[in-house]
Amino acid sequence: MNKDQQSNDQQIIESRIKSEYKWGFTTDIETETVPSGLNEDIIRMISAKKNEPEWMLEWRLKAYRHWLKMAEPHWPNVHYDAIDYQDAYYYAAPKQEKRPESLDEVDPKLIETFNKLGISLEEQKLLAGVAVDAVMDSVSVATTFKDELRKLGIIFCSFSEAIREHPELVKKYIGFVVPPNDNFFAALNAAVFTDGSFCYIPKGVRCPMELSTYFRINAAKTGQFERTLIVAEEGAYVSYLEGCTAPMRDENQLHAAVVELVAHKNAQIKYSTVQNWYPGDEQGKGGIYNFVTKRGVCLEENSKISWTQVETGSAITWKYPSVILQGDNSIGEFYSVALTNNLQQADTGTKMIHVGKNTRSTIVSKGISAGRSNNSYRGLVKVHKGALNARNFSQCDSLLIGDKCGAHTFPYLEIQEKSAKVEHEATTSKIGEDQIFYCNQRGISTEDAIGLVVNGYCKEVFKELPMEFAVEAQKLLAISLEGSVG
Amino acid sequence: MKEFSNNVDIKDWYISHFQAFENSLNGSSKAPFHQIRRSAIAKFADLGFPGRRDEEWKYTNLSPLLKHQFPVAARPTSLPAETVRQFVFKGLAENLLVFVNGRYSRELSNYRAPANGVIVDSLGNALKNRPEVIDRYLAKYAPFEKESFVALNTAFAVDGAFIYAPDNVAVEQPVHLLYISDASAGSHFASPRNLIVAGRNSQVKIVESYHGLGENPYFNNVVTEAAVNENARVDHIRIQDERLNAYHVYSLETHQQQNSVYWMVNVDMGGALVRNNLTLTLDAENCEGHLLGFYMANGKQHIDNHTAIDHAKPNCFSNELYKGILGGKAKGVFNGKIFVRRDAQKTNAYQNNKALLLSEEATINSKPQLEIFADDVKCSHGATVGQLDNEALFYLRSRGIPQEQANSILQYAFASEVFGHITIDSVREHLEEIIEERFARL
Repeated sequence: MNKDQQSNDQQIIESRIKSEYKWGFTTDIETETVPSGLNEDIIRMISAKKNEPEWMLEWRLKAYRHWLKMAEPHWPNVHYDAIDYQDAYYYAAPKQEKRPESLDEVDPKLIETFNKLGISLEEQKLLAGVAVDAVMDSVSVATTFKDELRKLGIIFCSFSEAIREHPELVKKYIGFVVPPNDNFFAALNAAVFTDGSFCYIPKGVRCPMELSTYFRINAAKTGQFERTLIVAEEGAYVSYLEGCTAPMRDENQLHAAVVELVAHKNAQIKYSTVQNWYPGDEQGKGGIYNFVTKRGVCLEENSKISWTQVETGSAITWKYPSVILQGDNSIGEFYSVALTNNLQQADTGTKMIHVGKNTRSTIVSKGISAGRSNNSYRGLVKVHKGALNARNFSQCDSLLIGDKCGAHTFPYLEIQEKSAKVEHEATTSKIGEDQIFYCNQRGISTEDAIGLVVNGYCKEVFKELPMEFAVEAQKLLAISLEGSVG
Repeated sequence: MKEFSNNVDIKDWYISHFQAFENSLNGSSKAPFHQIRRSAIAKFADLGFPGRRDEEWKYTNLSPLLKHQFPVAARPTSLPAETVRQFVFKGLAENLLVFVNGRYSRELSNYRAPANGVIVDSLGNALKNRPEVIDRYLAKYAPFEKESFVALNTAFAVDGAFIYAPDNVAVEQPVHLLYISDASAGSHFASPRNLIVAGRNSQVKIVESYHGLGENPYFNNVVTEAAVNENARVDHIRIQDERLNAYHVYSLETHQQQNSVYWMVNVDMGGALVRNNLTLTLDAENCEGHLLGFYMANGKQHIDNHTAIDHAKPNCFSNELYKGILGGKAKGVFNGKIFVRRDAQKTNAYQNNKALLLSEEATINSKPQLEIFADDVKCSHGATVGQLDNEALFYLRSRGIPQEQANSILQYAFASEVFGHITIDSVREHLEEIIEERFARL
């Protein structure tokens, strides 16, 4: 490649990399908050605002007291200024007179916001066959298709509603997979979580549509702490999708969510995330700290949990969606595309804990680093003694775009079982000049060629996403990264 | 908490012996190197022994080592020549440096340096006679400021091997460094220190081997530094076959100049608790670094290999292959880092590690790790853990080969991928014989 062409490529890359964050608007709506800071009174206030039963408040306070004794972990390969937990609002909700019964009663401004984000809460979404729970700041504003799902016995509602209406299920499963004292951010979440989605699929039911939660941070200086809990009873199946965006603000906002998945005998849960929180500007100012604990348990035999994530947003992403393979013959899967640009940092990966016999896990992770970002894959494959014939295959590839970014791989393999078979592969490379040349030669511009190569690189992961989201993810990737070979 | 206080006590034990050691040095405590020893012991006092919370020591529990109070090895009485002979590799009897409890033994050694300026001597002698080379190279690469075992070695380093190949000289014959720890009269700890300097356009081949005698436990804390100048080539083979109650910590630091080549083949068979820290630094363009390792552990052995290949400059190539076989209740640890620094474009770095688990209670913890800061690179790593291939076993069995023999044939095949890279035929053959016999015992 000659000099001119190279600098031309460089320009294309720069221009594409610089494309704007399109979801950065704010909605001017009256918000109800609790005072900033964190103490037991704030937690009581949050709990009271949500009309929670006593046991829930106790559970929160216990988690809070535990949290006080914990230290913020600093082992990940990310750097950020210390977070002042007292200088944040732990509850912010769009003001509503009462919980709306139908969409007609929802503030049109909210509907408009979600329409602008491309998340239609209107019933015509029926055509797309997706039920949506829309969460703005601390509360769920609307859940669509509840009635249709109810007919099948499926419960899909906001977490607050679940606490009120299905306390026995919440009590049984909350903290089941991620106990409130699991880690620093999980404990914080347990203390102050405000809403989230709850989903229960009864025995033998195959959920007929994709369930989806859309998270939106709107208010300034708030943290978002939601909890998602999905329980699939024997033989049930559910595919679940989570999406998120936030306005562009100069200060960093903390998002510390907890997701718990429980799969009973023969059940299958497919959890997909398209994470597009505001990543901060080119100078690394602002953006969301996405510190999330996600974990699923394959509780009984033949169950399956599959995580698919496309991570393009957030100033810092730090999460390891994990699967505990407890039941015999259970399967865990993790497919991930993580893209970092500018000054974004990501330390993400998975944990596959093999406990049962004949358990299988697959890990496919594709990291792309551009700009001055740092992207780390960190993963654990643990095979406990007695996990006979456990099988794991991991593939982690990194793609570097430009010479100022970094790619890191930290796989941990801990094998205590002789009959286990564990394979791990990782590669790091850049987009080949020969690949670009090949495309150019056939009249495909450098820009499109890069898109082609990156999409090809991520294909293994995209094919795991529900169709319409795969399309969205591809577009998102193209915008976050347009034109990238150095 | 108990372990922690233990660490402190035992740290003080080693520090308290430094004074007596210093006095035993007589006049040489004025030498510049002794000032380095002093800063090393001060640094060791700061660092202490690493604990399990230290990421680099996550899988290796040092407490079995730390519960011993090993005295500093005294200058030993000599060993009978026939005792030594059993450890000498075929064809290397003429090129032999023998060390007993970390100290050079002139009577047992047999080496006549070729006249063209090649120096093969003890470090003890070099400290006295060759201050200019020592000042330039010794303790310049192994980071005693960061690594507590390197600090401990540096503080107590008095002897070891010194190999110097001047510019434009190819040393034809391999040098055999034979370390024997004689613990028949009592326990000890030794700090062998080796320095290898390969001048421009030179070539040198080194075989290091470690063995033990007697029933008492002992602790060998070795540091080897290698400075490899432009266009030089070093072939380095290390064979560790200590007693099964020995503690062995080995740190290698290499520093490569332009167009140089370093081949390291590292074999571990003995020791109760073994830790290797092997670091190759490719600090100029067009270097090649090769790191091949094989370990086998049985019973309650614990073998930990931490390797790092540091690509500091562009256009270098590195290849790492590490294989291990674990039986009994043995524990294996592998950590392989590849660093590619910001400017090290056009780096090609490959790493592969494979482990075989042969028994119910053997475990392996493996952590291959890539840290890449340059974009125009090709790096990959692979890791597998498994058992012997059932189909291959079936193939052999169906041809009338008994189970046990079929097992050892496959293990042998597994190991030979590493041994095939040993360029000194006599060493490879000798090693293959030992390994075959050991496999039968696994």
